[in-house]
Amino acid sequence: MSMNKEFKPNIVAFCCNWCSYAGADLAGSNRLAYPDNVKIIRVPCSCRVNPMFILRAFQRGADGVILCGCHPGDCHYTSGNYFTRRRMALLFSMLEYLGIEKERTRVEWVSAAEGAKFAATMNEFTETVAALGENKRLEDLRCKR
Amino acid sequence: MQKITRSDLINKAKELFANGTVNRVLGWKAGEFAYDVTPAVFNSIEDMEKNFVFGDFCNANFSKYLIAETGKSAEKVLVFLKPCDTYSFNQLLTEHRFAREKVYAVGIPCEGMLDIGKIKNLAGDGILEIISGENAVTVKTLYDDDKTLNYADIMVERCLSCKSKKHVAYDELIGEEGDVIDSNRFDEVERIEKMTSDERFAFWQSQLSKCIRCNACRDICPACTCEKCVFDNPKSSVNNKAISDSFEEKMFHIIRAFHVAGRCTDCGECSRVCPQGIPLHLLNRKFIKDINSFYGDYQAGEEEGSRAPLINYTFDDLEPGEAVGRGE
Repeated sequence: MSMNKEFKPNIVAFCCNWCSYAGADLAGSNRLAYPDNVKIIRVPCSCRVNPMFILRAFQRGADGVILCGCHPGDCHYTSGNYFTRRRMALLFSMLEYLGIEKERTRVEWVSAAEGAKFAATMNEFTETVAALGENKRLEDLRCKR
Repeated sequence: MQKITRSDLINKAKELFANGTVNRVLGWKAGEFAYDVTPAVFNSIEDMEKNFVFGDFCNANFSKYLIAETGKSAEKVLVFLKPCDTYSFNQLLTEHRFAREKVYAVGIPCEGMLDIGKIKNLAGDGILEIISGENAVTVKTLYDDDKTLNYADIMVERCLSCKSKKHVAYDELIGEEGDVIDSNRFDEVERIEKMTSDERFAFWQSQLSKCIRCNACRDICPACTCEKCVFDNPKSSVNNKAISDSFEEKMFHIIRAFHVAGRCTDCGECSRVCPQGIPLHLLNRKFIKDINSFYGDYQAGEEEGSRAPLINYTFDDLEPGEAVGRGE
């Protein structure tokens, strides 16, 4: 029995309160299935997410981190997600520069009406991360059981 | 070898002390050895004549010292700024970190500073005297004959890819004004980018694992001026004095570089002070290079009051996925 078949990645999804969290809710009410290993963390706005949050998620055992927010132009606070977009572009590029697999991180814009997109994104992202295997390059041995 | 001498600077200070423009000077003073140059405040011209030094080891960027120094007295402080220091000076003014009217900035030309670590590697220990010549440096040691070293081999890393000999802020200049240089400072970043993911990981793992978390890079950085630093928060569990896990090294260095992204002027102080010789400037330069290519050329500190790229946006910025070559 190979380990890979059993491997279920831990996915942390930061969802903004106004769009993506509602999108996740809609996916639920529409009975759209997405993997149960996606752990949603609700944030007031996608720009609440500090680069440290993403690194912390990896430290505490995440194998993939996805950040969902309102589509550019739709931010509840008018411009939060524009700042997120710049920050994450730089952070992801830096992680790749340090040799950390770029497929482990993602930003996706999901509106409150896009329950189907939310479920599809989570399914696809979980599959991608599962194929990569366990997060080794950003693991913290002290946090392993 | 520097084009100006110690006496040029002392004469300038004498003049400014005499006409009451300033009441103290932020300058360099020799430590235990001639190459151990340390920043110091001089309160009188007598003090300066006794202890002030200027030469090829006057590396310190005084911009950050002005934050504390301008708070001490209502009178002006005289500060000597090399071209690269003036960028940090402007950046700190942009961030309102000190009062411009309390500073009298004298721009001084710089021909590149020397790295004592490199000299020791080439000339060995027991250095008695380092004499800067026109084209080469002569090092006298206890043990061997004199050694002659080329400037290119012993310059500080940042000076080898100097970005500007032009002062972007000053009250007065000593010597001639230089130009912005089309430097090769991104070559090394490009070389790392061309490696495979595994090679990059191995490279950074080997570099960052040398880190002893002394926080010197943070303390010296003219862009790191928060009064409370996230790395000093005892509840954050990232304030450890020793690094006990490879994750922590990466976390510290990514976050340190990220917190100054868009504000880093690439003065290179971080790599200069690193006791472990970690090429920290390569992390900062990666951010600078990315900012230039994603959002248009931007040099922090070039213009006072300019808006840093990370507190700005346009409607058609590229998506984070595109930044790592993944069309989304």
